[in-house]
Amino acid sequence: MTVRVQTADFDAGIEIAALRNGDARVGAVAAFIGTVRDVNDAAHVATLTLEHYPGMTEKAMEAIVAEARARFDILDALVIHRVGTLTPTDQIVLVAVTSGHRGEAFDACRFLMDYLKTRAPFWKKEITPAGARWVDARASDDEAAARWEPPAAAR
Amino acid sequence: MPDSRSSPDVTVNLVYLARLRDAFGRPGEALTLSGGDTSVAAVLVSLRARGEPFAAELGAGRAIRIAVNHALVDADCVLCDGDEVALLPPVTGG
Repeated sequence: MTVRVQTADFDAGIEIAALRNGDARVGAVAAFIGTVRDVNDAAHVATLTLEHYPGMTEKAMEAIVAEARARFDILDALVIHRVGTLTPTDQIVLVAVTSGHRGEAFDACRFLMDYLKTRAPFWKKEITPAGARWVDARASDDEAAARWEPPAAAR
Repeated sequence: MPDSRSSPDVTVNLVYLARLRDAFGRPGEALTLSGGDTSVAAVLVSLRARGEPFAAELGAGRAIRIAVNHALVDADCVLCDGDEVALLPPVTGG
């Protein structure tokens, strides 16, 4: 289980190969990559700056991965989240999960992204022609995360 | 009145993140709580009492979350001298 916060870009192929690590129990790998769009809320986005809360961010990400491991039958998971200034088409986030079978891998990957969007202390600031603006949280993200409630232990 | 010897002042280090840092014009500050109530709620009451922009940014309906020493807490969390108290706007990563 690995979480990383970094300014540098990542190579999903290399990261996924390292995650699989020759483990013959792995029958499924699910991965998600989030990227920077050039339009958000009808405004052109020139750059996107991602800020986080050093010290808390890694702990929050580790807690989310631990929760995924408790809920789903997965073998390993990787979360990389970039910070700093990015431009449209840049990669922002990578979530990758290995499992014996596809169902658990798909579910765990989606769960990790839904919880990252609502529980990890990252914030986006967009530079648009009208100036800089902090991105507002979306109710749809809260709804996506809420679909995973209640926790596994209560189901 | 609380006995000052049994309720010493508590000074915490506030951290303002993202839009709150911009709105307040500073990354954080030290805040001393006196009078016995050293809860997270007391911090918010103290900040709102300054007026704008604190009152609006931390007002009802604003989904601000509080982390003490990097862990999310509720408003009734009691603070200790030297705690790092971060005010987090709704997160927008991913």
